[in-house]
Amino acid sequence: MPFLVPQLPKGPNYGILAEFATPTDLYHACERVRDAGFTRWDAHTPFPVHGLSRAMGLRRSPLPWIVLGMGLTGAALGFVLQWWVHATAQPLVISGKPFFAWPAMIPVTFELGVLFAALGAVFGMLGLNRLPMHHHPLFRSKVFERVTDDAFFISIESWDPRFDPTATGKLLESLGARSVELLESE
Amino acid sequence: MAQTEAELLDNPVAGHPTLILRSPDFHSITDAVAEPIERKTPIGWWLFFIPSVALLSILGVAVSWLFWEGIGIWGLNVPVGWSWDITNFVFWIGIGHAGTLISAILFLFRQTWRTSINRAAEAMTIFAVMCALIFPGIHVGRVWVAYWMFPLPNQMGTWPNFRSPLLWDVFAVSVYGTVSLLFWYVGLIPDLAMMRDRAKTRARKLAYGFFALGWRGSQRQWHHYESAYLVLAALATPLVLSVHSIVSMDFAVSVLPGWHTTIFPPYFVAGAIFSGFAMVLTLMVICRKVFRLEHIVTLRHFDYMAKIMLVTGSMVGFAYGTEFFTAWYSGNPYEFFTFLNRAGGPYAWAYWIMVSCNVISPQVFWFKKARTSIPILFVMSIIINIGMWFERFVIITTSLHRDFLPSAWGYFTPTMWDVACLLGSFGLFFTMFCLFVRFVPMVATSEVKTVLPQANPHGQPGPERESKVHRSDHGRGELAPEGAS
Repeated sequence: MPFLVPQLPKGPNYGILAEFATPTDLYHACERVRDAGFTRWDAHTPFPVHGLSRAMGLRRSPLPWIVLGMGLTGAALGFVLQWWVHATAQPLVISGKPFFAWPAMIPVTFELGVLFAALGAVFGMLGLNRLPMHHHPLFRSKVFERVTDDAFFISIESWDPRFDPTATGKLLESLGARSVELLESE
Repeated sequence: MAQTEAELLDNPVAGHPTLILRSPDFHSITDAVAEPIERKTPIGWWLFFIPSVALLSILGVAVSWLFWEGIGIWGLNVPVGWSWDITNFVFWIGIGHAGTLISAILFLFRQTWRTSINRAAEAMTIFAVMCALIFPGIHVGRVWVAYWMFPLPNQMGTWPNFRSPLLWDVFAVSVYGTVSLLFWYVGLIPDLAMMRDRAKTRARKLAYGFFALGWRGSQRQWHHYESAYLVLAALATPLVLSVHSIVSMDFAVSVLPGWHTTIFPPYFVAGAIFSGFAMVLTLMVICRKVFRLEHIVTLRHFDYMAKIMLVTGSMVGFAYGTEFFTAWYSGNPYEFFTFLNRAGGPYAWAYWIMVSCNVISPQVFWFKKARTSIPILFVMSIIINIGMWFERFVIITTSLHRDFLPSAWGYFTPTMWDVACLLGSFGLFFTMFCLFVRFVPMVATSEVKTVLPQANPHGQPGPERESKVHRSDHGRGELAPEGAS
């Protein structure tokens, strides 16, 4: 269960934050960090950079499966609700239609399917991303304020088995980082 | 700048079109969008906001009087039991369609030009749906039992009738409102984080920070985020088509001549997109001027929107013709009478306003001069929305006012309370929109940045790469991707 795993490294250091000048630099640096075998690291960009997930070696997001499950649940619930209301709980003849007039039940079934799927997409995304999370060691960095503006970062967390405060910083510098910063834990 | 806006527009097929002018860097996009929110409130904003709030207060008065006195204060009576109330509902819900069309359908078709206008269009959608929801809510008369529309367990053991299109409508519109709000908010998260990171005061930092949910722009987050956005677009696309289809079934499933026709769902959807784009245009013409976003919302965007309006307007015109043909070809005297009565009866004036606004006037968009002229676009956008309001008025009122027997014929005249409700709904719409542009980034910066050539780590195909020498004069040195392969 990913939700039960602690989310931040213990110890005095959170990790290393390195800034890159362009999306292209970041992209190539990510490929190298991936190939060096790091696992607990991330890239930070103001906008989704095309193909960066592959450069980082991320697996496909499981989100569509959550959405599918939620959508089918919503549609089934909507259909069963209508059947239950008209065929069992309150069977009324209205404009001569059959009690279980299933074609007339498609619109509401569809709408509830879409509603549940959309809720699944949004809250599933927030859950997978562990949001909301208003405090994070990265926010202590002054340069990190530009992550939503025009700066591109790689952060490598200190609990990565390959992490070393000096060697990892050197590696990032050799990959073309503009600046490298060691961040403390909160 | 070596090339003028017009020159760039003249060459749309030579590879990748330049969507954003003045070749900005990422930071200048952030500034252009965020600064208007951070500056002192401009006088121009108050000039729009105060009249909007005045109109909104008219809505407050009109609705309070309606609740007190009942729907008899409107001009409704036998045989016209639905008129401006439902006209306004369909009008607003139609306007609400362009936002989702721009954000969802154009996203799935990878129409990257949508990035400059999608945020404002989505906001417009939400506000239009709010305006729309008022009317079915208040037209029921006994508003204190409006909750009977929802399937809630109650002491009477009664349930709503799911076999009725009116109930489908309740579900369609409320789901549409909810999903539009979710879609808009998900798109806003990175930009709210941008406002948080730029905030100079603690209050701003807390307010934007709260809604930004602690967004860190991390690729592991973007990874799920992009998946969610794609899924929401894929869900919103059939949803947006279903909503106006279901609205049209409120009419089409009845047995009334003039309403009972299978062309209604596609015809209503085309009309909705038509009017929605017109409203986006009205708002964007003003906003880009007031907030100096001419380089982000360019004439090219208006050109594309005008083309969509030309297409959907012509589809609507075609539907008007098809309705007439079907009425004649069906051989049904009541059906044919209804249509002759529309074009030549007591409401002929409304019918011909509709045809001239919706079918004849958009034909100017065949000409590029008209599609790229701001005054023509602005005037046309207002004409189209007048025409689309009249379309719904014509469909609803002319089909009702002459019942099967001439003894049950009548003529609907609006009262001042009908007018007050319509004007008041505009007050609500513009008040919300003013608040939106004042406090929320009105352009999706995290999306606009992706269409800049330097955002692509794989280098830019086509003529963009050749022009990088020219472009790099303007930025901060990180513009053209180097070593692109």
